[in-house]
Amino acid sequence: MKIGQVTGTVVSTIHLPIVTGRRMLLVDLLDITGEATGDYVIAIDTVDAGAGETVLILDEGTGARQVLDEPEAPIRAVVVGIVDEVRLGV
Amino acid sequence: MHLARVTGTVVASTITPGLEGMRLLILQPLDRELKPKGEAVVAADAVAMAGLDEVVFFVASREAAVAMPDSFVPVDHAVVGIVDAVNEVKI
Repeated sequence: MKIGQVTGTVVSTIHLPIVTGRRMLLVDLLDITGEATGDYVIAIDTVDAGAGETVLILDEGTGARQVLDEPEAPIRAVVVGIVDEVRLGV
Repeated sequence: MHLARVTGTVVASTITPGLEGMRLLILQPLDRELKPKGEAVVAADAVAMAGLDEVVFFVASREAAVAMPDSFVPVDHAVVGIVDAVNEVKI
């Protein structure tokens, strides 16, 4: 899983049925210190994450299909958590 | 999924089984400011409606094949939808 920050949403009218009714979030990927890596991913929201929130992203297809409960979903990235804190060390 | 702009099409009359009749697009991946980033790829058009210069979102790897009507096909990038807007929120 990866950590990212929600920076926006993607709006689409024409898409595959799996996207219908789901929120697509634009998420900037962060390193463990919270700095942006310059990469981003479009992830399906499952936790009602809002703009600016730090989130946990699952970027693996089989797990994503399990989370969405859609065995045929062509989705790889899903937002699966809202991060309260990242603590390094003990 | 990532953003990309459709910059062309690919026509191949001799093609491996499973890819016959499939619309193939050239996609230029974009960063989140919609500026080109990285190498262009050839992608199958799962929505069958994406046109030249449109911004789309696509999946790569195994999920690309899953996006196609017959999911056991040799496809590594597929267009999943056409982007109307990218709403960036100032934080």
